[in-house]
Order: sequence, then structure tokens, then C-alpha cells
Amino acid sequence: MNGMTRIPVREQEPRVRATNFEEVCLGYNQEEAMAEADRCLNCKNPKCVEGCPVNIDIPAFITEIKQGDIKAAYDKISEYSALPAICGRVCPQESQCEARCVRGIKGDAVSIGKLERFAADWAREQDVRPEKTAKSNGKRVAVIGSGPAGLTCAGELAKAGCEVTIFEALHEAGGVLSYGIPEFRLPKKTVVRSEIENVMALGVKIETNCVVGRSVTVEELLEKEGFDAVFIGSGAGLPRFMGIPGENANGVFSANEYLTRSNLMKAFDEAYDTPIHAGTKVAVVGGGNVAMDAARTALRLGAEVHIVYRRSEAELPARAEEVHHAKEEGILFDLLTNPTKILVDENGWVKGMECIRMELGEPDASGRRSPVEIPGSEFVMELDTVIMSLGTSPNPLISSTTEGLETNRRRCLVAKEETGATTKPGVFAGGDAVTGAATVILAMGAGKTAAKGILEYLGV
Amino acid sequence: MFQITKKRVLANQIYLMDVKAGRVARSGQPGQFVIVKMDERGERIPLTICDYDREQETVTIVFQAVGASTRRMAELEEGEYFQDFVGPLGQPSELTKESSEALQKKKLLFIAGGVGTAPVYPQVKWLREQGCRADCIIGARNEALIILEEEMKQQAAHVYVATDDGSRGFHGNVTECLKDLMAKGNEYDQIVAIGPLIMMKFVCLLTKELGIPTIVSMNPIMIDGTGMCGACRLTVGGETRFACVDGPEFDGHLVDFDEAMKRQTMYRTEEGRALLQLQDQQSGKEHHESCGCHQ
Repeated sequence: MNGMTRIPVREQEPRVRATNFEEVCLGYNQEEAMAEADRCLNCKNPKCVEGCPVNIDIPAFITEIKQGDIKAAYDKISEYSALPAICGRVCPQESQCEARCVRGIKGDAVSIGKLERFAADWAREQDVRPEKTAKSNGKRVAVIGSGPAGLTCAGELAKAGCEVTIFEALHEAGGVLSYGIPEFRLPKKTVVRSEIENVMALGVKIETNCVVGRSVTVEELLEKEGFDAVFIGSGAGLPRFMGIPGENANGVFSANEYLTRSNLMKAFDEAYDTPIHAGTKVAVVGGGNVAMDAARTALRLGAEVHIVYRRSEAELPARAEEVHHAKEEGILFDLLTNPTKILVDENGWVKGMECIRMELGEPDASGRRSPVEIPGSEFVMELDTVIMSLGTSPNPLISSTTEGLETNRRRCLVAKEETGATTKPGVFAGGDAVTGAATVILAMGAGKTAAKGILEYLGV
Repeated sequence: MFQITKKRVLANQIYLMDVKAGRVARSGQPGQFVIVKMDERGERIPLTICDYDREQETVTIVFQAVGASTRRMAELEEGEYFQDFVGPLGQPSELTKESSEALQKKKLLFIAGGVGTAPVYPQVKWLREQGCRADCIIGARNEALIILEEEMKQQAAHVYVATDDGSRGFHGNVTECLKDLMAKGNEYDQIVAIGPLIMMKFVCLLTKELGIPTIVSMNPIMIDGTGMCGACRLTVGGETRFACVDGPEFDGHLVDFDEAMKRQTMYRTEEGRALLQLQDQQSGKEHHESCGCHQ
């Protein structure tokens, strides 16, 4: 071993995992983790920390793993992040911390994500939980949404001594961690539930089944229910559709619906009442992480699955690891292909999808080469199910029922980057509700920033 | 947890329950709905609010035991709990945005079909509180399936009962009953029709001809009820709308009922349909049919 290559992480065999919902990646054991930790050069000026949206002291926790003190490693991470077992699994490390790793110049970057996950999993298995330490400062904060932004903001505020209640619209806390990301990438009962319980162990209360904007308004929280400040972390939950003919046919779903049925409602499990239309030949339209999740869910439910994406492989917005896993499992990629029409049978069900071939033209505003239709290249894919995974936008439920809360053209809440302060005094926001759909860790970063902004506003 | 404080059997397989739910009871308005999930493995079932008591903090729901989850819900007794109960969801009825004076000048008719009588009731009651007494047709296949007739009579100006088999009241469906009322000289400025899709479709075809504005309440398949899943989308006036956040009430003359009816069958299997015809109930893992109609 020359230290140039990373210790491989054990995974379920592609052919086996394609038929079950168990976690794909099995993670390091302690021996493997210590060997991988040994590859860290403990740089004086660690670039990896700059790449982390919550600035975890990465060399410090890796040093503890190196020495075999996993509890100390977990404690170090916990100073910065309330959700390490989740981040270790779903963060795009390859474009953040690991992208800056010096090891990555000549060989493989240190497997920071897998080490974070190892420390967090170890702590959960040993039942190590954060303790409530802060003395109450008498301030009450309402947090709307129990996804990554809300949980992080709530955790930070509780650590500072605030009394925090999270209001969640669904029956289960976790936001996208519960309804969006599948079991095989992020186990719910063990990982997600446990990290939410860790936040609750800090003193945070969670009220599920409360739709702010309907069950109660932001104004009522501030004026009638005695909260001193409000944080809005309600995410970007509204699905987009293409607006092509046939989109309301039976067998066309938003990725949100398909994933919610499987993840939140556990439709894949016979013991649960909620049904899912698995499909036998499925097209997932889109190329992001959510598209990969939907495709791999459909595959596990027994379908032949095609990813239909209008640009080429290089432009796929999904993480490289997700694309790699999807291919290994047998997902077919129909790239440079764009749907133009969904074909419907006499009973209202999908029977196919007309598509057109695309080629890459000049770079557009995002810097990506924009896809252009090749005239006359239309063809038909025979299908019984189409899953639209074209991105999501913020839900207007809160902005439309709260006076003084400004949104931009994309319906996102307007909030200051440094503090999370919105245009309404005492109301802060962060995560996808402000940025539009992004990543778990960016939402956590925004939650953390807003917590600081709120503490400043409250004068504590 | 949300306690069931009252349970009543209204008809065969049709149940009424009062549920302790402070937030919904305090902010609910006519036309809005709740989502009920009875336990860990239950479906999220959308049900239109049938009544609410702001002081007792209770909300009344009415449902028909037709799917896996609703059949299990029907087994719950007073004193027991629903695990989840969330709302109010959707937009309040358009009528609640009008002034009492404007409403008092209007001649309103409600057309309720089957379990659809439940969501009609709070609207008629609310109108009476505004000093406006509406007429109401309650339709069902037969006498045994007529619900809330006495309650409705206390709130409405006139209640007309129509049964398909003539076992009670007018012999015929609600559309024929409406024609009959018009023939007898009744006039209406506005109609609100809530019930099975097929009923709302034919009422709307007639009222379009008659030129009477008609509101319908849609209750499609949905999961979250907050705009997240898009399962409840329907075409209204050529545009895609989400029943959960844009509705549930829409201009009935603009709704594409044929599409909505096809979408309603999405999770009905062939076997399920056969069984439905045989036993008036579905089997297996299919979606609840919240309107509870049997066509």
C-alpha cells in the first residue's frame, strides 16, 4: 500500500441489491477506517475544511480515528454537525471536502465522507448521544420544517439555550431525508430516526401534522403562541412537469410522488396500506440525484428502467457515485434524448413516449452546452410508466399567507446570506426555501448561519 | 395522537366520527379538508371537513369503509386514537369570501351525492349562520344510503331526497331531480355539487346548458395534501391544477371529468373492480375511494 489509493468500501453486490431495499454501501469497519484515516496528511492549512459548508474540523476528527478514539472523533464532528451519519452518506464530498484534499492531486482523495459515516455509525451503535447542556436563555423559537435546514437550525439554537419547537407538515419528521432519499441510500429507522432523536435530545420539540400557512400562520406563532423568532426551512417541495401532451395520463408520476409512496409511506413493503404503481418498463425523465433515486427505486420494484436526459453524460447533475451505482444495477441511460409527447391508450394509461434526439450546441448561461433538437429524429419508446424528475420549487403556502415576506421570481424567499434574515422582522429562512432545490449539506449550512442570525437578533 | 370523541354509523359502511384536533378545529372553514392516517401502516386519507366545534376543539369527519385503510379505520371506537390528523388543507369555499348581504340575495342549491352529503353539510350550516337558507338535493342509490337528512333539514330551506330505485323521495338521480325542480318553477343563481365524479359530471353538463354557475368539490387521489406529490392534478379550463392547494373546489363547467374519472381508477386492479361490483367493497392494496360512490 503506497497510500495513493483509498481503502475500498464494502458494498452489496449490484445484482443482489437491485432486488432489495437494504443499504447499498456497507461502510468501513474500524480496521478499514483506521487504515483510511492513516492516509490523511493532517495538512497545516487544511483545504478540506474550506470545502465543507459547515466547516467541520476534518483533520482533527480523522486524527482521532487514526488513534482509534472513535468517541473523540464523533465528539469533534458533533461540534459542527448534528447529522453526521446522514452527511457521511448523502453529501457530495467529491465536489466539496474531498475535492480539495491534497491526496487527490496525485492519487485518491481521503475518503472523508466514509470516515464521517463510520464515526457517526459507531456512536449510534454504542448509543452515544449528545447531551443537553445549555441553560435556558428564556427565548422561544419556532422552526418550520424538519428537514436538514430546520433540524440544524433547531439544534444550534437549542445548544445556545433557546426553547425550540419544530413544526412539520407531514406525519414524520425529516423532510426530504424521510420522503425523498430512498432507504437503500439512507436507512430511515436506524440512521434518520436516530439523528433526529439526537436533535431532540438537545431539548428540541417536534410537532408533526402542522401545516404552517394552514393549521397556524407565521403571525399567529409570533403573536399568539409566544415565539420570539421564526425560522422557515420549508424546502422546495413543489414538483415541476414538462407541460407536454399526455402528462396527466395514468402511469405518469412526479418523482416526488413515486419516492414519497415508497420512502415515506413504505409502499414497497406489503405490510403497509399505501399502493405504488411499480411499472414494468419505466422512463425517468431527468438526470439529477432525485432521478437516480426514482430510477433505482423502480428497478428494485421489478421494472426495466431508462433514464431519459436531454444532455450528455458529462452534464448529468447527479453525483458520480449515484450514476455509477445506477449503471452497475442495470439502469439504462438514454442520453441526448428529450420527450415531446406521452402516448396514451384508450383507458387513459401510458403506452409510450415520443422523444426527439438532441445534440449539444453552444454553452448557455449555466456554462453547460445547451441541448438542441435534431430535426426529424423523433422516435417512440414503448413504456407503461413515466416518472418526471425535473426539479422542484418552493411551496408558496407560507409566503402567500405571511404579510411582509418577499419572494423572488422563482418563488424563493428573499433572505440575507450572512444572517438568514427575511424581509419580515423576526423571521429568518434558509435551505431550499431560499435557494431552490440544492443539497442536504447546503441547507444545513444555511440553517447554521440563520441560527447565528437569530441569536444575534434575540440578543443572546 | 388524536382522540375519537364520538362515533356514529350513518348507513351501511358509512361512519361519522368527531375527532379532537385543536389546530384544525380552530382554523378550519367550509370547503377545506383534512388528512387522516390511522396508524403506522395506514394510508393518508383525505376527507372533507364535515363540521367543526371551535370550543370543543373537535372536527367531524364522515367516511365510507371501502379501502384497506378505511376498513381498519371503521373498527376504531370512541376513546381510541388516530395517529395522525392534519389540516385544514385546501382553499375555503368560494362562498365564504362573499358578504352576508350578497349571499342573502342569492338563490343557492346544493346537490349532494352519497357520502358527498357530508362536505355539503358545513357549507349549508355556515350559510344559515350568514342568514342565507339554501336548498339541497340529497341523492343516493337507495333509502339506506341517505345520510345526514335530519341535520340538513335543520339548516336548509328545503331538502329534496332522490333515490335511484325510488325507495325514498324522488325516483331518479339528482340530475333528473334538478330538472324536475326547474320544471316546477324553481330558479337558482348558483349550484354547488359534491359527490361521485359521474354525478358531478352530469350535473355540470345540465347546468351548463341551463346557464347556472356550478361549483364542484374534487377529491382525487393524493398523498401529502400540500402540493408536494402532484398526484391530485386535474385539468381545469385546459390547465393543470392541483386539487390539494388550488382546490378542492373548482368551476364545474371547466373541469375535465373524464380525465379525473380515469385517474381515480389508477390503483384499482381488475380483481378489485370485480370484487367491488360483487361486494360493494374492494380488496387488496388499492387506494381508498374517498368519495365512496359505487358506479
